[in-house]
Amino acid sequence: MSGLRTSGPARAGQYLALLAYLVFLAFPFLWLISTAFKPARELASLHPTWIPENPTLGNFRQAFDEQPLLQAAGNSLLAALGAAVVCVVLATPMAYVIARHRGRLSTAATGWVVVSQAFPFVLVIIPLFLILKNLHLINSVIGLVLVYVVWSLPFALWMLVGYVRAVPAELEEAAAVDGAGRLRTLVSVTAPLLAPGIVATALFAFITAWNEFFFALVLLKTPEKQTLPVVLTHFLGAEGVADLGPLAAAAFLATLPSLVVFAVIQKRITGGMLAGAVKS
Amino acid sequence: MTLATAAKRSGATAGRRPERPRDHGAWFLVLPALIPILVLSVGPLLYGIALAFTDAQSGRTQATGWIGTLNFQDLLHDTLFWDSFRIGLLWAVGVTVPQFLLALGLALLLNQNLRLRWLARALAIVPWAMPEVVVGIMWRLVYNPDAGILNETLRTLGLGDGRDWLAGLATALPAVILVGIWAGMPQTTVALLAGLQNTPHELHEAAALDGAGAWRRFRTVTWPALRPVALAITALNFIWNFNSFALVYVLTSGGPGGRTRLPMLFAYEEAFRYGQFGYAAAMGCVMVAVISVLLALYLVGRLKGGEDR
Repeated sequence: MSGLRTSGPARAGQYLALLAYLVFLAFPFLWLISTAFKPARELASLHPTWIPENPTLGNFRQAFDEQPLLQAAGNSLLAALGAAVVCVVLATPMAYVIARHRGRLSTAATGWVVVSQAFPFVLVIIPLFLILKNLHLINSVIGLVLVYVVWSLPFALWMLVGYVRAVPAELEEAAAVDGAGRLRTLVSVTAPLLAPGIVATALFAFITAWNEFFFALVLLKTPEKQTLPVVLTHFLGAEGVADLGPLAAAAFLATLPSLVVFAVIQKRITGGMLAGAVKS
Repeated sequence: MTLATAAKRSGATAGRRPERPRDHGAWFLVLPALIPILVLSVGPLLYGIALAFTDAQSGRTQATGWIGTLNFQDLLHDTLFWDSFRIGLLWAVGVTVPQFLLALGLALLLNQNLRLRWLARALAIVPWAMPEVVVGIMWRLVYNPDAGILNETLRTLGLGDGRDWLAGLATALPAVILVGIWAGMPQTTVALLAGLQNTPHELHEAAALDGAGAWRRFRTVTWPALRPVALAITALNFIWNFNSFALVYVLTSGGPGGRTRLPMLFAYEEAFRYGQFGYAAAMGCVMVAVISVLLALYLVGRLKGGEDR
């Protein structure tokens, strides 16, 4: 918007508004960090401060003592990695077909992507629970991965279709003219150009699975199988009386992986949404 | 543009190869994703609808039988469920509308040439990356009656002693709605920002030269271009919010006295605490049906409104 000049007071107002937004968006997270490093005595004080007077790592130690956080993180990692890898392996070929062929199949797939967003979990979770129970996949990370794959597929397809469309079909046609077979063309021409998009999609599926709560709550029964979000709720206790310090410490740790991954792919996600939205 | 390239592409391929073998190749590429979709998503959906017409329960020894529409008749008289449904609608509208307005404001700001825009963009996305459970825990710390920052800030400002926000009958739902707004802002902002970046700059500048003020420019140039994105994202937000579970489960578990018991929480308890699979499935069906009708009305109304102008 370089051509438009904004008056001084208006600009100041804009900065003020932006500042208000930033405070609103950031303060809960800052408070979480502050609580995580506060010793028990300060947490019990009637006048809590933003910056801990005697910062401590004791909450983190206590959190690891109280709940099997490492094991839960391992389960989460397994479920998220499994979901991410299987999801892109299944979705990439389909996205390719949707992007390159315009026909009934593409229309149906796009329709399904939209409808699946409106999917009511309640209606799906009971049958899934019964199906997985028959397959003896309740309380198993494999069962959870299956559910996560199907759950992330629509958005993964959406992103990938955008990335495939960004690879010019002319390149593939040129390779075909040069005598490369269809598979050869896909492997040596399309795949390398698509790789960054595939990685971004996989990471997105990873975060989705890492953060997911509802399916994990229903499908994982014993503490040694549960993922991080489910184990985090154990800190809350039955009556909602929580030991705030360890709770904050564990919640803070559980967020770090998603934040790091998100920082890496942030540009691509917004780009992918844009591409999917504009070009379809 | 897309149309032209598509036509060109299909023309080029049709000339080179017969269509048939290509289609086989396409099916081969699609099947790996299609099978799990059919087995684990379309299948369960149909299975779930069927369950609504049975007396399925967990841990029952006798066979499950068809009971027709008995579940739905029971549901019709289940005042607890309709209370929960009303709360669900209140929550969904209460979150979606402010979320859209706030996100629109933020997107418009982020679209300006402001300093520190990169920082704001990065921060604006943080809530998106967080597990919902952590968002819930975080806000419980904020709302905590003694050690929470909200009450402490109120005390410092001399606005009274504050209260136990999540436990109060009157404050629980508004408090939870505020968290919902906070948690969903990033997606909405990003989608609207993407839409804004597609609005033609030239039109903006031309309108500015003609002396149109900021509000006029927004009404006549920005909004028409943004409309489709805005429609899509509010419709999606409404569905997502209505189906939301984890946030409220962590914040209040539906309390106090059911004041924040969203339909998803209600159905979850019915299915997995009391084991009433058939009845819970019927609830799911009703939720989907009502939401679909509401959405259809909303979308049709909005699209019509667009044509009239």
